[in-house]
Amino acid sequence: MIRIDNLHKQFGKLKVLDGVTFQVESGGVVAVLGPNGSGKTTILKTILGMVLPDKGEAFFQSNSILKQWDYRKEIGYLPQIARFPENLTVQELIDMVKNIRSVEASEEQLIQRFGLKGFLDKKLSNLSGGTRQKVNIVLAFMFDSPLQILDEPTAGLDPVSLIRLKELIREQKEKGKTLLITTHIMSLVEELSDEIIFLLEGKIYFQGTVSQLLEQTHQVNLEHAIAKILENHA
Amino acid sequence: MLKILKYTFADLIRSRWSYVYLAFYLILGFVLLFLNNDLSKAVITLMNIIVVLTPMIGTIFGIMYFYSAREFTELLLAQPLKRSTIFIGQYLGIALSLSFSLLVGLGIPFLAYGVARSSEIWDFGLLLGVGAFLTFIFVALSVNIALRNENRVKGFGYAILLWLFMAVIYDGLFMISLVMFDDYPLDKFSLVVSVLNPVDLSRILILLKLDISALLGYTGALFQNFFGNGWGMFTSLSMLFLWSLLPVKLLVRTARRKDF
Repeated sequence: MIRIDNLHKQFGKLKVLDGVTFQVESGGVVAVLGPNGSGKTTILKTILGMVLPDKGEAFFQSNSILKQWDYRKEIGYLPQIARFPENLTVQELIDMVKNIRSVEASEEQLIQRFGLKGFLDKKLSNLSGGTRQKVNIVLAFMFDSPLQILDEPTAGLDPVSLIRLKELIREQKEKGKTLLITTHIMSLVEELSDEIIFLLEGKIYFQGTVSQLLEQTHQVNLEHAIAKILENHA
Repeated sequence: MLKILKYTFADLIRSRWSYVYLAFYLILGFVLLFLNNDLSKAVITLMNIIVVLTPMIGTIFGIMYFYSAREFTELLLAQPLKRSTIFIGQYLGIALSLSFSLLVGLGIPFLAYGVARSSEIWDFGLLLGVGAFLTFIFVALSVNIALRNENRVKGFGYAILLWLFMAVIYDGLFMISLVMFDDYPLDKFSLVVSVLNPVDLSRILILLKLDISALLGYTGALFQNFFGNGWGMFTSLSMLFLWSLLPVKLLVRTARRKDF
C-alpha cells in the first residue's frame, strides 16, 4: 500500500531522514516508533505530501505521490496538534471537511462515541485540548478511508476516551484498514500493532513484529526493548 | 478554492477584529463628514488616511491570520486539495473580508450623507477601489512573509517593517534623493520610483482623479505631464493590477515548495 524509497530530508542543517526505505502492506496497524526528533512525523507528512523530500520517492498504491493531491482522498489524517479556525463551531468544521471531500461520511456515530454531542454548536476556540483532540479524531475517522495516519492520537485524551480510541482502532483494523500510528505509549503499541518500524537517527533500525523485536533484544516487554536499543546506541 | 475562501471569510467576518475594523471606519466616516461638512474635503482627508491605513491593516491581519491558521492549514493540506487552491482561497478570504469591512464601514456614512446624489460619487468610488487594491496587495505581501518565516516574531517584525518602509520611509528616501541629486534630470527616475511603491501609486491615482494640482506634489505633477490625466490614471491603475498579481504568483510558488 505504501512504499518509501531511499527518502532523504534535511531541515536547514538538521538531517532528519537519511535514506529511509520501507514498505507497508495493506491491512493492519503499523506503529512508527523512535525517540523524539527521529523523523516519525516527517515520514508521515511525506506520505501526505506536506513535506517534500530532498531525495527519494514515496508511493501510495503503487503511484508516486510527488506533486499529486487527489490520492489524499484515500487517507484520513490525525495531526499532532489540534487547532482549528477559532470562530467556527464544531459542526461547521465537520461540515466543511465533509464539503471539501464530498464523499460519504459517518460522523454521527463517532460524535456519539466520544460524547461530543453537547459541543457541536460551541466555537472551537472555547474547547479544551482534549475535546479538540476528540474533534480531530472524528475528522480523521469519519470517512471510509483505506489508510489512516495517526500522529500521537492519544495526546490529551482522558482514560475513557483512550479506551474508545483503542476500540475504534481495533474496529478499523478488523475492517481491513491500514493504520499508521506514531506514539510514545508502548502499551498501546503492544496491544494493537501488527508491525513496528523503529527509526533511529533518520534511518530504519528495525522493522518487524513486536515479538521479533523482543527476541532480538532479549527483553520481556517492549518498553525495555526500546530502552535497550537506545542505550546500546548511545 | 471557493470552499476555502468561503470558510476563511466566514471565520474572519465573525472575529472580533473585523467588527473593530468595521466600527472604526463607520466612526471615521461619520466624524469626517460632520467635521468637514463638505463631501469633497472629506474625500481628500479620507484619501490620506486610506493610503496609509489599509496597507497597515492588510499587513497585520494577513500575517496574524496566517500564523494563527497554521494548524488549520495543515489540516487542509492533508485533504485532497491542491496547494495553490488552499493558499489562494485563504488569501482571498482575508483580503475580501477586510475589503468588505472597508466598503461597508465607509459606505454607510457616505451614503447616508448623500454621496450617491453628488458629483463626488466617482471620486469616492475610486477611493474605496484603491483601498481594496491596497488591502489585496498588502495581504498578499504579508502572506508571503508569513510563508517564508517560521519564526512568528521575526515574520511580524518584517511585515511591520515592510509597511513602515512603503508608507513612510520610502517617501523620505525619495525626497532625500531628489534633494541630493538636484542637478541631474530626475523625471524618469521619479516616475519609476513612484511606480515601484503601491502606496505612492495609489496616492497619485486618486489625486489625478480629484484633479487637485496643488496636492499632486512632484511625482504627481510628473505623472500628469508625462501621461496626462487619462493616461496617467490608466497607467497607475494597470500598475496597481500588476502589483496585486505578482505577490500572489510569488505566494503560490513559495507555497508549492514549502514543507509543513
